[in-house]
Amino acid sequence: MPDSAPTWITVLTPWEFYPSVVLVSLVTVTLYIRGMRRLRATGHPVSFARSLSFFVGVAITYAVLHTQFDYYAQYLFFAHRLQHLVLHHLGPFFIALAAPWSVLAAGLPQRWRDVNWRALPGAWLIVGGYRILQFPPLAAFLFVGIIFFWLTPSIHFYAMLDLKLYHLMNWSMFLDGLLFWWLILNPSPQQGPSFGWRIIILLAIMVPQILLGAYITLSESTLYDIYAICGRAFPIAPAADQMVGGVITWIPPAMMSAIAILVMLSYIRRQDMVSARSPGALTGAA
Amino acid sequence: MTAIRLVFIAIVLALTSACSQEPVEWSGTDISGMLPELKFSLQSENAAPVSEQDFTGKYNILFFGYTYCPDICPTTLARLKSALSKLEAAEQQRINILFVSVDPKRDAPEQLKAYTDAFGSEFIGLTGDMDALQTLTKRYRVAFGYGKPDETGAYEVSHSSAAFVFDADGKARLLLRDDLSADMIAKDLDQLLKS
Repeated sequence: MPDSAPTWITVLTPWEFYPSVVLVSLVTVTLYIRGMRRLRATGHPVSFARSLSFFVGVAITYAVLHTQFDYYAQYLFFAHRLQHLVLHHLGPFFIALAAPWSVLAAGLPQRWRDVNWRALPGAWLIVGGYRILQFPPLAAFLFVGIIFFWLTPSIHFYAMLDLKLYHLMNWSMFLDGLLFWWLILNPSPQQGPSFGWRIIILLAIMVPQILLGAYITLSESTLYDIYAICGRAFPIAPAADQMVGGVITWIPPAMMSAIAILVMLSYIRRQDMVSARSPGALTGAA
Repeated sequence: MTAIRLVFIAIVLALTSACSQEPVEWSGTDISGMLPELKFSLQSENAAPVSEQDFTGKYNILFFGYTYCPDICPTTLARLKSALSKLEAAEQQRINILFVSVDPKRDAPEQLKAYTDAFGSEFIGLTGDMDALQTLTKRYRVAFGYGKPDETGAYEVSHSSAAFVFDADGKARLLLRDDLSADMIAKDLDQLLKS
């Protein structure tokens, strides 16, 4: 690393250039802005809070993947854990909370919006695959399982050494995070499990994540020797690096479950208010 | 129904978290195809520009360190020397050990030469400016960094603890961790040279 003072440019310059990250970020943000404009013009503006949540989610995901932060994430265990906290929990959480799909769809060119996607050949495969992945017990299993998978010491070793595997790891963490948080944060009670079940899923995923985090934090031997093999970004005791990384794996993910449960409670409250109002609305319509 | 599934999930997770295994044939780690072939442009211990082409045709063991290194570098170099001494003389002739100093501020070419010569003629010191070193370390997915200097100006340098073995064609073959014994390294090198 250069020891000259960091400037905005050096901080924002990606350590590794990932064309996929640039492409996906650009396309998504462009579609969203076009969609916002179009919806405002048709009298259905997107609320400020939703857009803010979307842009915060995209911005932090981009920041951990495509700035100098990625350098630290490759050469310090705790920075790697922070990167995955954003990739798997925070970034997808904010994006899913914004429920951006209708806005993104509105940003598509007119020709594409007119296509009946579900009638296209092969569409059933995607729809079916999506349904299977979003089967709640499987979704919960994948969400936690993918953390355990990439943190299995022998697998972690190759993921940090082989750049192709490293990209695969980061993409899989983000995409699975997005699937899971959309299953949980989808505001429609008709789509996906009931709000009560979602709370149970959120509680269930806390347990293995806490156990894993505690295991790493309290482990006295070095679990991930790849950071010694590749050299750390700066001199730090391996035990301290592992302990901080363990705490990051332990506490914040469990807190994300707690925060999501609060969101569920607000959804339930809103649902109750809607159902209390709807009989009156029905008589009014009649 | 769902509750039973969740219990099942917990059990499977507990089982999958405990699996780890090493390749059988090598004590080191087979990195064929995982890292790019040997390529660099650095400075020799005689302050002359050198590249990988000056070393092709031989097996090269690349190791990153610095001469002020208190522990990992001298023990690793000593272990490599001991491993080489266990090989047949003809095999020893086919191996270079390239010691790349990532502390060019303190490691002038003559100092590097004195340091590597102490280990033997097959040990070759290399260094370069920050750009050249960073290009090389990034290529092999390793990092280095400097600690804060103390009152005497001494500082720690974090660097890779492993050695990378390249074959005569410059292809990356093995990664030797610092927990391997000289015997294990010798056996791996012997296997590699005979393959």
